[in-house]
Amino acid sequence: MNNYRDLFHDPLFWKSIYNTIYFTIFFVPLSIFFGVALAMMLNMKVKGMAIFRTIFFLPTLVPQVALAVLWMWLLHPNFGLVNGLLANIGIDGPSWLGGESWSKPSLILMSLWGIGQAVVIYLAGLGDIPDEYYEAAQIDGANWFQKTRKVTLPLLTPVIFYNLVMGMIGAFQQFTLPYTLTKGQGTPANSMTFYVMYLYENGFRYFKMGYASAMAWILFIIVMALTGIIFITSKRWVHYQGK
Amino acid sequence: MNPIAIKRINRALAYLCLIVASAFFITPFIWLLSTSLKPLTQIFTFPPEWIPHPILWSNYSRAVEYIPFWTYLKNTAIITIASTLGVIISCPLVAYSFAKLEYRGRGILFFVTLAVMMIPGQVTMIPLFLLFTKLGWVGTSLPLIVPQFFGVPIYIFLLRQFFMGLPDALREAARLDGASEFRIYLQIMFPLAKSAVLAVALFQFMGSWTDFMGPLLYLTNEPSYTVSLGLQQFQSQKGSEWGLLMAVSTLMTLPIIVLFFFLQKTFISGITFSGIKG
Repeated sequence: MNNYRDLFHDPLFWKSIYNTIYFTIFFVPLSIFFGVALAMMLNMKVKGMAIFRTIFFLPTLVPQVALAVLWMWLLHPNFGLVNGLLANIGIDGPSWLGGESWSKPSLILMSLWGIGQAVVIYLAGLGDIPDEYYEAAQIDGANWFQKTRKVTLPLLTPVIFYNLVMGMIGAFQQFTLPYTLTKGQGTPANSMTFYVMYLYENGFRYFKMGYASAMAWILFIIVMALTGIIFITSKRWVHYQGK
Repeated sequence: MNPIAIKRINRALAYLCLIVASAFFITPFIWLLSTSLKPLTQIFTFPPEWIPHPILWSNYSRAVEYIPFWTYLKNTAIITIASTLGVIISCPLVAYSFAKLEYRGRGILFFVTLAVMMIPGQVTMIPLFLLFTKLGWVGTSLPLIVPQFFGVPIYIFLLRQFFMGLPDALREAARLDGASEFRIYLQIMFPLAKSAVLAVALFQFMGSWTDFMGPLLYLTNEPSYTVSLGLQQFQSQKGSEWGLLMAVSTLMTLPIIVLFFFLQKTFISGITFSGIKG
């Protein structure tokens, strides 16, 4: 029990919870919004779609080592491509990963880049909506916006539900990217110390296995409670065709 | 404006959106490709240059000789194919039972499946490793293959979502015709869920192909290494061979890109799997 008591007096523990929740609150809704929007774009019937779909999936195919190095280079405050482009239109870019205020938004941006996998699942869901529903809506004179709101989104809710749960679990377990980017340090000013990263540091670097296990249990309880809430509310907004 | 003109404008706008977004998503691969063709001195120049000068094709031939690439590729292929097969056999079966069959303890079993998903991999790593050590499997590819035959929680959850969408009427009709529960699954439900199963197979294929942590833990002797383990051999004490590393990363990524390019049509567009469409 000492481990739990120590945890509650550990400022870095609270900081890691704050960072993780901050990331989750912004990343999960954004990834659902952009994921659905991209999937709808990629579901249009235009030529060359196979190429576009493959391109959107690319970032999830490139090995992680290469990706982390690439982002450090793209976001370099002085020489990076992003600030170079911003300078062209007269904006003085921030120091991205170097400063406390931009490090988490940068990480959210990077993570959004890998939503290809979720997009594929949305696409499979979109492909499953019967054409007849759209034809019926068309006959009733529905415009694009009404069709999206009344046909596409409700029928996509089982898939959105899946990605919501997975996105949340994934966000709470955020590890590889901040770990590689900060070499496990959580710099600057611990703004990149995420929960599982801190857990890993405690367990495998300082060999405080009990402390790490206590953290694992707390994480498990938080995520389970949140998943439970999503599951309970899902009965109201998730529609299954089979019922 | 007449409808045809509106349609044209819409189409042009659609292409514009797609191209702008694509530019954002394709950057990593272009960069990977570009770095794989650069000499070491040019990789860290600022401002960065997109086009290598001169183009160094020899990175590829050197990279393949630097590590026993073909042996690693063979090992990777065996693990990837076997574990994907395991996923296809086990996951839809379990998912179907969670979605459609009613039996005692179903709720609890599904809850346990979800709970497993929530535990971070870093936590289960040690107990799992001890288990596989006891079984004498460390050093072989078995720990990377066999668990997949017992189901993977995230895929089970995904497939359950898809099976939930299949009409119950199909099952009842087949039952009236005298089909057994297993036959209903095998001959009706499984084929109808083909696109979802393909999606899951692709994810497993990719995950297994690029997995680093798993092989690092379990493949302890060099002849059994996979390509992603081979990647780290380019980072030696003498300094990192970035160009070679990127060349092998490109070689590793290409097969999946090709696979995805050809498969995406099959598993995304126009497949009837809800039994309603078509």
